[in-house]
Amino acid sequence: MLLHHDLEAWAGRNPDKSALVCGMFHHSYAEVDARARAVAALLQSRGVQRGDRVALYLDNGVDFVAGLYGALKIGAVFMPINPLTKEDKLAFMLGDARASALLSSGSLRAAWSGAVAQVPSVHTVICTEAIADTGNREVGWPHTEATTDFSLPPTIDQDLASIIYTSGSTGFPKGVMLTHLNMVSAGRSISTYLGMRENDRVLCALPLAFDYGLYQVLMSFRVGATVVLERNFSFPMKVLETMAAERVTFFPGVPTMFAMLLGMKGLDAFDLSSLRAITNTAAALSEKHIRELRELFPQATLFSMYGLTECKRVTYLPPEQLNIRPTSVGRGMPNEEVWLVDEQGHRLPNGSTGELVIRGSNVMRGYWDRPKETAERLRPGPIAGEMILYSGDLFRTDEEGWLYFVARRDDIIKSRGEKVSPREVENAIYAMDGVFEVAVVGVPDEVLGQAVKAFVTLKPGVQLTERDVIRHCLSRLESFMAPKYVEFVDALPKTDTGKIKKTGLG
Amino acid sequence: MNGIQSDTKAQVRAFINENFIMGAKTVAFGDTDSFMDQHLIDSTGFLELVTWLEETFGIRVEDAEMVPENLDSLAAVEAYVARKLAA
Repeated sequence: MLLHHDLEAWAGRNPDKSALVCGMFHHSYAEVDARARAVAALLQSRGVQRGDRVALYLDNGVDFVAGLYGALKIGAVFMPINPLTKEDKLAFMLGDARASALLSSGSLRAAWSGAVAQVPSVHTVICTEAIADTGNREVGWPHTEATTDFSLPPTIDQDLASIIYTSGSTGFPKGVMLTHLNMVSAGRSISTYLGMRENDRVLCALPLAFDYGLYQVLMSFRVGATVVLERNFSFPMKVLETMAAERVTFFPGVPTMFAMLLGMKGLDAFDLSSLRAITNTAAALSEKHIRELRELFPQATLFSMYGLTECKRVTYLPPEQLNIRPTSVGRGMPNEEVWLVDEQGHRLPNGSTGELVIRGSNVMRGYWDRPKETAERLRPGPIAGEMILYSGDLFRTDEEGWLYFVARRDDIIKSRGEKVSPREVENAIYAMDGVFEVAVVGVPDEVLGQAVKAFVTLKPGVQLTERDVIRHCLSRLESFMAPKYVEFVDALPKTDTGKIKKTGLG
Repeated sequence: MNGIQSDTKAQVRAFINENFIMGAKTVAFGDTDSFMDQHLIDSTGFLELVTWLEETFGIRVEDAEMVPENLDSLAAVEAYVARKLAA
């Protein structure tokens, strides 16, 4: 069973059914499959082979979906990249993965043209609005009427399907390697506990470059459902209008989206009676928001979930437990085992606090080209030869074994549901003339969960404003990584060995 | 009226250049170009734009008015601000 077989199966079984709704356009399963075949044929004709990496640097839309399934059909590995990513980081990821091809759009050309110029492995750029005179590297997006013949590769489920980059505490993103088996297993487990069905209509306003968004498509295509795909959540009223008009049944979100909705007036103007499930992950919902969401959408069940890119999803709280233990993230999902360990790796009984470990077919194959970091996370499991995932996160269990998040072991900030590496932000700020030292921390924020805050000391005689620092960061980092607050201080607290000490900053 | 209108557009353009157009990259955008399509402003950016409009023009942007028809291009913002000031 390979990841793209779902799309092919439904294109055969129910070809005219809407797979995607993008604004006014309805794309049937047969059409999405034809678009994917056209991408596959073009990639193969350009020399992309089984195992090669194909980057998807695109907004949410049918092209992204066709690109990912097109890459899979020829045995290539797709790499989703957030379209907010700036040139230098894009170049880093393309170079790190030694990508062969990039799929993107004309409106993102300013970022990718410079990045691609730095990465010789990228021999093909397929652009939705190609320009003719850029040499032979860039080609236009393929038409479905074009030849869509390609030879089938001998892919098996142990082959990589995707590499998803995730922020790490080192300041450089790491590529999480996921096989077809990993992704098929995760999609099956999650769609099973959510009870997803063929007649579901899933509203996705999450970026497809984020695995939570990506799996809305993968899981809907597994059960033959319809994805109502929004570009983003910039205009919540528009999203609500679409939800009502399209009779949406599933609404996956992150706490920032729910906080925005709950702060808005006039929600009762929208008929959302078809909504039957709301899911939340990326960060925990407050008890207040849980209560308000259930009042606002009494017809829908609410799933609280916790995940890691390294295994996609870890736990979920069955909705009937929400009243009993609202702050629990639940327990392991179907076909997955999770437990807590002490510092020596020994399994802890219920009622303990320790690091969460995960065992299952959904656990990644490791970080691309990072044997040391892989060895820290993947360690031998109970059966000889198997590896289990050490989450790096601390949890506690109650007497019945339900899990509660305690703390991250690393210093990653979660803002707007996205991971922000303090080191990455600090590196960007250090690149400013006049900055002497900087420390970046997360501070509590009602809407963002955590907001990014930078403490900066300047070299003598230098003057900078908060806005200067924020603007500089926006030019280098995804916008969610740019500090919301910058505080200039005379000195930063230090440890005995002279390292910057962040405890107490906030 | 014409003078006030082109002034609104110039102010919004300056705000976007100052806050969202990053680094050395010069990005030219026309009066009717979608900020979202051109990747000039993302979801956080639209919230900042709304706050700035409220402070700069002394208007109150209602939830129901936070739609692309009012906010997603220079021309749209200009027309929206003019309507709000006339109301």
